Amino acid sequence: SPAALDGRSSDELLVAIARDRDKDAFGLLFGRMGPRLKAYLLRSGIAPSQADELVQEVMLMVWHRADTFDPARAMASTWIFTIARNKRIDAARRDRRPEFDPEDPALVPDQPAAADRSIEQAEASARLRDAIAKLPAEQADLLRLAYFEDQPHSAIARHKGLPLGTVKSRLRLALERLRRELAGS
Amino acid sequence: MLPVHHPSLELLLDYAAGSTGEAAGLALATHLALCPECREVVAQFESLGGALLEAIEPAAVPSEALDNLLARLDEPVPVPVPVPDRRSPADDATLGPVPQPLRGYIGQDLETIRWKRVMRGVEQADIAVGRGRTGNVRARLLRIGPGVRVPRHTHAGTEMTLVLAGGFSDGDKQYQRGDFSFCDRETDHSPVADDDGECLCLTVIDAPLRLTGPLMRLLNPFIRF
Ligand SMILES: [Zn+2]
Ligand SMILES: [Zn+2]
Repeated sequence: SPAALDGRSSDELLVAIARDRDKDAFGLLFGRMGPRLKAYLLRSGIAPSQADELVQEVMLMVWHRADTFDPARAMASTWIFTIARNKRIDAARRDRRPEFDPEDPALVPDQPAAADRSIEQAEASARLRDAIAKLPAEQADLLRLAYFEDQPHSAIARHKGLPLGTVKSRLRLALERLRRELAGS
Repeated sequence: MLPVHHPSLELLLDYAAGSTGEAAGLALATHLALCPECREVVAQFESLGGALLEAIEPAAVPSEALDNLLARLDEPVPVPVPVPDRRSPADDATLGPVPQPLRGYIGQDLETIRWKRVMRGVEQADIAVGRGRTGNVRARLLRIGPGVRVPRHTHAGTEMTLVLAGGFSDGDKQYQRGDFSFCDRETDHSPVADDDGECLCLTVIDAPLRLTGPLMRLLNPFIRF
């Protein structure tokens, strides 16, 4: 029942959707992610009416592809973000998004150390939220622009009235800092 | 051998955020196929995207949105997920050193590609990709003979190069399979292919190159870089 689902993480909801085709879990996940997906699409410049339709398409894909979600390898938010990002690219331009194929025989495989992702995804998620919250406002702001506005850095620089070099170095500082936090100490 | 020269964190961020155009995306994704280290970075940046998505200020969705969605759940899946063209490792021997996603763009065999001679020892082949926001982005394969030096040049925009086979040196840096080089208008260089074999690269430029060597300026009209 929905009440029993309420306290569950998005990861758990996705697993329930994949395993049990659980529509209550799906409704709850939509309640959480639908308005955020819409905000994401709007910020990237997609018109409101099209954004509503794209939110539906993203969530339909979440429903149909839930069985490919692996909670040991990614967080639900990451997995949903990549689906939304790809939908946005499809909608915004005719370009394809080239991606490597994990099954490609020519792929250079992960190194043994990297394959051992021992930190729990839930812990990684909490650590990431903390790390973002601790960023200086100017860095966090640029980071959101880089993810949400679908703009090259030069356009972000113009928009902010900053030299391109400043935008790049602030972003780089933010990224290096976040990567250090994620790697854990 | 793992790559030692990688795309910058900002480029990997753009790829993870989805703001790279198709041509740059092709160079980056092909590097990712050859570089577990950068795959890990992109995975981190995708989780960053997920965390920012969770923290975004929500926008109201229409009240009927969930009902509409639930009504569509049992519809048949409209478009089947395309199965990428995978060959057995044995077939790959004939295909040479090209990983996905580049292989999907250039097809089976490097020898059937329409190579155009640029100058002695240098051939190039265009790859059909979206032209980007400016309409000027070009992706090309470049085949450079052993020991051949590319004429000294600078760039009106940016130039990404990914080594697929052989190697080259550029100043004091050595580039081998999987290595990624990024140059812009600050760079004035004249890379030279290693002596021990042909060097095959993928290059992506968003503006023409300008030759800067003393003699090569005279040849400029004849060189179609
Ligand atoms: Zn790399
Ligand atoms: Zn160059």
